[in-house]
Amino acid sequence: MQIDLTINGEPAGAEAEPRTLLVHFLRDTLGLTGTHWGCDTSNCGACCVLLDGEPVKSCTVLAAMADGHDVTTIEGLEKDGVLDPVQEGFIAEHGLQCGFCTPGMILTGRALLDQNPDPSEEEIREAISGQICRCTGYVNIVKAIRWAAEHESAPV
Amino acid sequence: MQVPAPFDYRRATSVDDAIALLKELGPESRVIAGGHSLLPMMKLRLAAPEHLVDINDLSDLAYVRREGDEIRVGAMTRHRDLLSSTLIAEHFPIVVDAEHVIADPLVRNRGTIGGALCQADPSEDISAVCAALGATCVIQGPRGERVVTMSEFHRGPYETAVEQDELLVEVRLAIRPGAGSAYEKLERRAGDWAVAAAGAALWLEGDTISDGGIALTAVGATEVPSKRAAAALSGKPAGAAAFAEAARIAAEDCEPRDDQRGPADYKRNLAEELTNRALRRAAQRAGATT
Repeated sequence: MQIDLTINGEPAGAEAEPRTLLVHFLRDTLGLTGTHWGCDTSNCGACCVLLDGEPVKSCTVLAAMADGHDVTTIEGLEKDGVLDPVQEGFIAEHGLQCGFCTPGMILTGRALLDQNPDPSEEEIREAISGQICRCTGYVNIVKAIRWAAEHESAPV
Repeated sequence: MQVPAPFDYRRATSVDDAIALLKELGPESRVIAGGHSLLPMMKLRLAAPEHLVDINDLSDLAYVRREGDEIRVGAMTRHRDLLSSTLIAEHFPIVVDAEHVIADPLVRNRGTIGGALCQADPSEDISAVCAALGATCVIQGPRGERVVTMSEFHRGPYETAVEQDELLVEVRLAIRPGAGSAYEKLERRAGDWAVAAAGAALWLEGDTISDGGIALTAVGATEVPSKRAAAALSGKPAGAAAFAEAARIAAEDCEPRDDQRGPADYKRNLAEELTNRALRRAAQRAGATT
């Protein structure tokens, strides 16, 4: 079937079997490998993308279900060479080590700040609780998202 | 790589369209809502429907509203919207308790109340919540609409009153005076299925229990809700003795199994303890003074 959607603000489309999962459609069909494919069982959250602005696990969404919708992947955050404040926060606070969970963590951070520009540590921890990081112990991820909240309005 | 078996995908444009599609496509068709129960099962090939009818476009089934003395929840209401609903929080704190510990925020962004109820997973939380509250379910099909109680709706693991060509469209929760409710769940880690969980609702007249509802999940409850346990509450003073007795009966009416989440005797003990805690918290919320 033909699947047409908006990815990172641009129209995109391709043929895919109805059983194609969104994560594979993004990575294998469209070549957007910034979205990571992890546990495949909707536990780890590495495959997180924003669907109509909400973080979802793209291993548990059919590409067909995203037809006609807006998808944001990690590739969409940088604008004209300027990183998103959440990306800057992950650099400033060392919010990653191996980087496998990072695209998903950053997107969830972005979605959280879009709804709640000044989240508490507890709210950040709740927001990322569906995503697993095996490197950082989460402390620096929480700090990175807080960093972004504090620098969001100021020029980075 | 886990990929579902091939299927044909259709999108319903309305409730009537969904029902017509299910009738046309027959017994090998399945409704997909949030997909966070069905897709994992399809990926493991535990389910292999030939046709999927996607009802995500039915945004008219996504609502929480008050009508008279009822809160009506559309079947496509996502977990995150139940969790953030002020109407729900005001009248049914048990829902908020449960929603906080259902999977994780990403899953709650997709999963729906209707999908969870229709999946009827034996470890799923919303069925116990609705059963404890005495919810009713509105089912629509080619033969019209019918309203069933949770006892009628929930027939057992993975089995509900919704026929193949029918759709759950709404859940109704009655607002009654003197109400308090709570949900207690033990999970091994954030987002996991329950080791055991218990939901309790109480309706008080002064400090006397006029009615109660108890429902358990993940412990092989022999009936959902636990009617025998709830019956033991009626007419008793809202206090430790009545709660302990009801909790004992609720745990008795379970058939927990040994699995990776714990041995059966431990789960039966949990069933009793969690029921007791849920009743105590429900009573506090109902304003009991004892």
